[in-house]
Amino acid sequence: MTAEATTPPIDPADADQWSAKVRNAWLENLPPEKLLPDRQPAYVASWIYVFGVATLSALGVVILTGLTLSLAGPAWWHESSIGHFVNSVHLWSVELFFFTMVVHLWGKFFMAAWRGKRALTWMTGCVCFFASIVAGFTGYVSQSNFDAQWISTQAKDGFNSSGLGAFFNALNYGQMLTLHITVLPIAVGIVVLLHVLLVRKKGVVPPFAVAGETPDETTTEVAGA
Amino acid sequence: MTKRFNPDRDVAPYPGPWRRYDILKEGTIAFVVIAILATLLSVLFSSPDAKAITIQQWGTAQPLDFATTAMTELDGTSGTATYGAPYNHNGLGQNFAGFSPAKFVGVHLPIDTAWDFVLHPVSTLPDNPVATGAVKTYLAASAAQQATWNANYENAIAKNGLSFTAGQLVVDPKYGPYGPVSTIISAETSMARSGALDTSLIAGQPFYTTNYTKPLLFLADGTYLAGIAQAEHLTGDQWGVMNEAGNFPGQAWLWLYTAWYQWSPISNSDNADLWVFVLMGVVSAGLLFVPFIPGLRSIPRWTRVYKLIWREHYRGS
Repeated sequence: MTAEATTPPIDPADADQWSAKVRNAWLENLPPEKLLPDRQPAYVASWIYVFGVATLSALGVVILTGLTLSLAGPAWWHESSIGHFVNSVHLWSVELFFFTMVVHLWGKFFMAAWRGKRALTWMTGCVCFFASIVAGFTGYVSQSNFDAQWISTQAKDGFNSSGLGAFFNALNYGQMLTLHITVLPIAVGIVVLLHVLLVRKKGVVPPFAVAGETPDETTTEVAGA
Repeated sequence: MTKRFNPDRDVAPYPGPWRRYDILKEGTIAFVVIAILATLLSVLFSSPDAKAITIQQWGTAQPLDFATTAMTELDGTSGTATYGAPYNHNGLGQNFAGFSPAKFVGVHLPIDTAWDFVLHPVSTLPDNPVATGAVKTYLAASAAQQATWNANYENAIAKNGLSFTAGQLVVDPKYGPYGPVSTIISAETSMARSGALDTSLIAGQPFYTTNYTKPLLFLADGTYLAGIAQAEHLTGDQWGVMNEAGNFPGQAWLWLYTAWYQWSPISNSDNADLWVFVLMGVVSAGLLFVPFIPGLRSIPRWTRVYKLIWREHYRGS
């Protein structure tokens, strides 16, 4: 029988190490009870809150079906009924992703969810929306069918007019496909992760104060950190 | 820190009650529901997969439209030939307040439509010395001579002097002389109808390839692709960029991007694409920076939609 090595106690003298700094910063900003909570404010009681987690779930289905489609190559879904079905689930999960994300976005807008030092949470959500549009577009022009031909030949003018077309060529199937299955999903994934971590760190924005409960506008200490 | 409280920016500490919340359970249930919903929608509606249009298909279905387009590629009057950056220097490019970003960036995907779309493909035809000889004759001629042959052929097209009979292009000789042009355009059309032009136009490698810029630009210069798109309600004035073939929702999230094209003066502008690009940039920046824009960030408080969202919280207040 071998004895397991015991973890030594944390020595404050090691706090200057990079690893220790990252660990301490993580625990300070995202302690386990914030990262995986078992309680939340009572005001979080509306169907609108469902759309955030629904967006993440749809993104999960998009990624899983996208990975499945990538296994057998870009022509698979044209030749196989199974491939076509997986493509269909990919398409409809994308539609659900955008639908739930837009409802989530407008819900958060009308909650003014940037209040209480949550501006970065709002902005990462917006960046996620913009990046997803580009990811969706590259998917549409990577279909290698009539839709891809038409959308790419029409959309090129928008990119070309701005000068971006010189580097982002919607007619270059290879470039669009590789962006769609590598760079853009990674970009969306990173921004979504950052967004979710910020939500966990800052918590869900509280309701506006009702009349008579408005904080003193000259002396109230601003909360939200 | 102590500063003036702004209800559109700040929140007071929440003193209210908390309730049980299992984040992992919620996420698992949501994932299962969404997966089932996506599967159900797929079973019910499938997904569109209209086959790609080929140049062979175009040349076979509409040889006159193909030949007419090929002629515009040869004489430099097609959409691609006169496009400007990033393909060539033959167009000014769209501008915004006198500035053309495309022209500023320059030509990064050089395309000479006469050579790339017509002369080079025809010059590669094996066992066709007439066609390859015609290309040599054309290239050896002066620019003025080429222009005369091209103009004569264009005139024949304009006067309905071009027809397609018994599998061959026939151009009325009374509008000539056409020099080698009629041979070149006939060979190009035959090449298209055989399917050889599809392969020849694909840029890059002679075998492996992933870049379809040239054949797509050629297809887009004709009316065949646009005609099919029109029938599928996909053109710009039909809110086309957000649609896809068949009754599918398409990229509905592009509705605002497409909407600009429906409204004057943008719908009539030669710089419409750049205008829409700039406008969408402004709208996107507005959305991104809402938290910092006075007035815009007050809309939620003014509209009081939040009362509906948090109606449980406000009940009894």
